[in-house]
Amino acid sequence: MSDVVVARSLDEAREALAHQPDATVLAGGTDLMVEINRGLRRPRHVVGVAQVPELRRWHIADNRVVVGAGVTYTEMMTTALADAAPALAQAARTVGSPPIRNAGTLGGNLGTASPAGDTLPVLAALNAEIVVTGPDGERRMGLDDFVVGVKQTSLRPGELIVAAELDRPTGRQEFLKIGPRNAMVISMAGLALVADHDARTVRCALGAVAAGIPRAREAEAWVAEQIDWASGAGVDDGVADEFGQRVAAASSPIDDHRSTAAYRRHAVAVLATRALKRAFSSGEAGDA
Amino acid sequence: MTSGPVVTAEPVMTTAAANTAAAGSAGAAGADTIVDAGTRGVGADVGRPDGVPKVQGRFAFSSDLWADDFLWGHTLRSPHASANIRGIDIGPALATAGVHAVLLADDVPGCITYGLEHGDQPALANGQVRYVGEPVALVAADHPDVARRAAEAIVVDYEVTDPLIDAEAAPDAAPIHPDGNVIRELIIRHGDLDSSGEVTVEGIYEVGMQDQAFMGPESGLALPDEDGGVELFVSTQWLHVDREQVAACLGIDEEKVRITLAGVGGAFGAREDLSLQVHLCMLALHTGKPVKMVYSRDESFYGHVHRHPAKMWYRHHADRDGRLVKVEARIVLDGGAYASSSGAVIANASCFAAGPYKVPAAHIVGLAVRTNNPPCGAMRGFGAVQTCFAHESQMDKLAAALGMDPVELRLINALDSGDRLITGQVITGTFPVAEVIRQCAGAPVPDIPPSDDRRDLPGGSGRTTNAADTVRGTGFAVGFKNLMFSEGYDDYSSAACRVADGVATVTCACAEVGQGFVTLAQQIARTELGVDEVILAPAQTATIGSAGSSSASRQTWMSGGAVQAACRAVRVQILADVAADWGVSPDGLVLRDGLVVSLDGQQEALLAQITAGTGYEADVEYHHAPTEALDENGQGNAHVSFACAAHRVVADVDPDLGLVRIRDITTAQDVGRILNPTQAVGQIEGGTAQGVGLALMEEIVLDNGIVRNASFTDYVIPTTLDMPDVTIAAWVEEPEPNAPYGAKGIGEPPTISSSAAVAAAVRAATGLPLPRIPIRPADIALARNEVQQ
Ligand SMILES: Cc1cc2nc3c(=O)[nH]c(=O)nc-3n(C[C@H](O)[C@H](O)[C@H](O)COP(=O)(O)OP(=O)(O)OC[C@H]3O[C@@H](n4cnc5c(N)ncnc54)[C@H](O)[C@@H]3O)c2cc1C
Repeated sequence: MSDVVVARSLDEAREALAHQPDATVLAGGTDLMVEINRGLRRPRHVVGVAQVPELRRWHIADNRVVVGAGVTYTEMMTTALADAAPALAQAARTVGSPPIRNAGTLGGNLGTASPAGDTLPVLAALNAEIVVTGPDGERRMGLDDFVVGVKQTSLRPGELIVAAELDRPTGRQEFLKIGPRNAMVISMAGLALVADHDARTVRCALGAVAAGIPRAREAEAWVAEQIDWASGAGVDDGVADEFGQRVAAASSPIDDHRSTAAYRRHAVAVLATRALKRAFSSGEAGDA
Repeated sequence: MTSGPVVTAEPVMTTAAANTAAAGSAGAAGADTIVDAGTRGVGADVGRPDGVPKVQGRFAFSSDLWADDFLWGHTLRSPHASANIRGIDIGPALATAGVHAVLLADDVPGCITYGLEHGDQPALANGQVRYVGEPVALVAADHPDVARRAAEAIVVDYEVTDPLIDAEAAPDAAPIHPDGNVIRELIIRHGDLDSSGEVTVEGIYEVGMQDQAFMGPESGLALPDEDGGVELFVSTQWLHVDREQVAACLGIDEEKVRITLAGVGGAFGAREDLSLQVHLCMLALHTGKPVKMVYSRDESFYGHVHRHPAKMWYRHHADRDGRLVKVEARIVLDGGAYASSSGAVIANASCFAAGPYKVPAAHIVGLAVRTNNPPCGAMRGFGAVQTCFAHESQMDKLAAALGMDPVELRLINALDSGDRLITGQVITGTFPVAEVIRQCAGAPVPDIPPSDDRRDLPGGSGRTTNAADTVRGTGFAVGFKNLMFSEGYDDYSSAACRVADGVATVTCACAEVGQGFVTLAQQIARTELGVDEVILAPAQTATIGSAGSSSASRQTWMSGGAVQAACRAVRVQILADVAADWGVSPDGLVLRDGLVVSLDGQQEALLAQITAGTGYEADVEYHHAPTEALDENGQGNAHVSFACAAHRVVADVDPDLGLVRIRDITTAQDVGRILNPTQAVGQIEGGTAQGVGLALMEEIVLDNGIVRNASFTDYVIPTTLDMPDVTIAAWVEEPEPNAPYGAKGIGEPPTISSSAAVAAAVRAATGLPLPRIPIRPADIALARNEVQQ
């Protein structure tokens, strides 16, 4: 049997965790309850954070988008946050079904730290800083330092994810994800791509094709040189294709029951090519 | 349910009053042409009595059963595909607080094995395990978690051996079971086997292992009875065959095993074999307490049989005009560790291997083999699904080789009433294959412009694909199978009807598994007796004889026929009495609108008055025309009746990523006669969706006998973004002469041709051969790459 503290404020959550550092944080429960029901986890102490108002908010500060850990997928898709971080909204739309999107949170996706977590490539491409708080006070780190392995984070006992702070670049954002059917899928391969016209960079991160969430840094640097930033002209097919190949080189996929390494590598190249073309096309911004 | 379990949710509503709301729309197609049934009889669009409670969450499924002071059962399963059991230590489990019993193979009181065709499957592993998930031990405890943890505490000493996982190697491999590795070999030799065609096409085709993926996992409740018997509430497809097997394993008389159908959450073949029936009864008898079990979702994937994976080699011979000359095939089905219904499945796969076509000569070798993979058995379409994919792929290949339109090729070869099957049997019933093809192929192809709405594009919500990345293809397929059991089996059904105080009560043990028998039985009674209120008694073994299985597209015909016959027998009694009373001939009397009426309009009386008090009743057994066994050449009149369907599929494919979005599915089906239009649509839509699933995504992924995707996270079935609305171009109504009301079973045909049509559409779009279903994204995207390089 486990004891459950339902925190009503950030202070209450912090306090409960300080008191019981080995407690498990429960947000929407869409990952945690599945694991508990399958007997994979049996937490003795639980701190519920779904009703912590400070975690449920988002705002813009210093041209950064600060998304509380308790913001749900539905909120990412349907509020003005969707305009502030379009790729996050696009990724949110691909998650599960409406009930899952109503309950599941950004903090939970981070806490689970699965390579197939759909918001994670978006966070990586938007240079996210993950803000955590705990016995050692507040810590901030990039996604690379937060996700340290398959389903492994650098969270310390008693720490709570508070928010993710994201860039707000001027260019287009794209999230694309492949699954074995057309909705409600765990990713076989996913990709986020962001164009930053002020910084004249393209940033691209991958999901479900490596143990972590790799950024395709070599491909990013290469393509930034190919783009005619001044004119805003689209990219030509040759550049887009080569970009795809270079992005694929950043992946290190495996064979598993969901797909094969060969397909994943191939798919990532196709996704990168398409994302780049969309990001630099003259048409309307992509839908969510 | 008079005694025993208290069901917290609302039980199945069975009185007519329950569906007045849904019965507003009067009967459409067929109603007028059958019997004057009012608006709620046969042919009318009557709503399901259990429909509203199901949508509102008030219907009690077998997992909702409850009794005072009951225990929870749990099953310990083998983690190995093949191992000898050197010893089992149940000490720690038994010592767990709250545990009431831990049972092993030695505790099976009667016969240790059971099975639908051969009793080759142990109720609990007996010294050996032959597949991952095989039940090894049972626990009963006062809480489900306690039972689960106690099961984990059981120490089984396994000596792991190499599993046999390659079906094609099975016949020559060392036997993994005393009955050997060949479950059945069926050879069909028909016509002149030396004949050959001017044009031949050849291919090797493969079908993956599909799961029935029902929503309601295996569950039930057993209560010990004072007489040493047991009462079992369970979701199943065939109460009486469960009883026979359970009683044998328990070593008690069949009468002492009283089975009642509990609310079934889907079946599709997966509930034909026993799962937890024997286990529940063993625990209840051992502990003297009610015991309940509910499989978890992942356990459910181990708890029932699956659709056989198939490898099929085919060679078709035709003349220059496209007339089929000969079909050769070798079909290997992987039956997994135990026989289940593999023998009948391979018979269907073989008998219908050439499709619904005139084939003068055929040489078919059908083989169902035993391996250490999960057992396979019945699933909607039952063998015909696998071979339909192969024969329809071959027909397209042949059309291409001949430079002929694929629909035209099918039309010129279409079977008809009076033609011969490759088993030598002459089709005596209706079989409008050509009309079904014409109706389906002739329906206008909807003009679906490429859409920029992600939901209409391959990849759907994943935003992978722009309209410009897609190519479109159209595919066509037709398939058929038998209705009812075959090869000499007398799968009769029993029903009773009682009319008292003007109300009809129908009793039948037909398992309502979602197909709508509860609706139909009421419609039939209304039509036959002119009553409105019809009560359907619970389906139980104690009150009535066997109804046979809710499978093989047979219950509308068989149990519908039994109900019709029982009602008619009662009608005859009533009319005879009234005729005697009025001094007229019974031929001049009818029952309608709750009245007995003389056709000359001179006399009428209230049925309620005439049947006041004890009323009238009749009890019947309904049999279909007998069939024969197949001889050593696979020839014989083995089947009762046949039904076919055709599908045309329009699919948009993103070839670079291998993603598919089906844009239109049009179908036509040989239905005999429609008895309830909405229920018919439901069968056709649901069956088609299951075929779409097999074509594009549904597969149990095995790795050395271990299921890698035993969850709905990874065993995916179509969503609304994968499955478009189904356009029913026509149901072809040619009444079947011997069937009640002329109606054919309609549950399976939609699943047979839909997979093949989807595959054909994807081939048409991509130009790839795609010899395997499900077609995975990599099968398209990487094959294309190889072709390009
Ligand atoms: C049917 C279904 C479909 C799904 N589909 C997808 C999908 O398409 N894409 C996808 O990415 N995921 C999917 N998921 C997984 C899940 O919904 C997401 O990972 C979701 O973001 C988890 O959020 P949650 O709030 O429910 O987390 P919870 O389950 O409450 O928690 C998950 C983990 O994060 C930890 N945690 C949560 N919040 C905090 C916090 N503030 N501080 C520290 N630790 C925290 C918890 O302790 C736990 O370890 C699906 C799940 C289901 C059941």
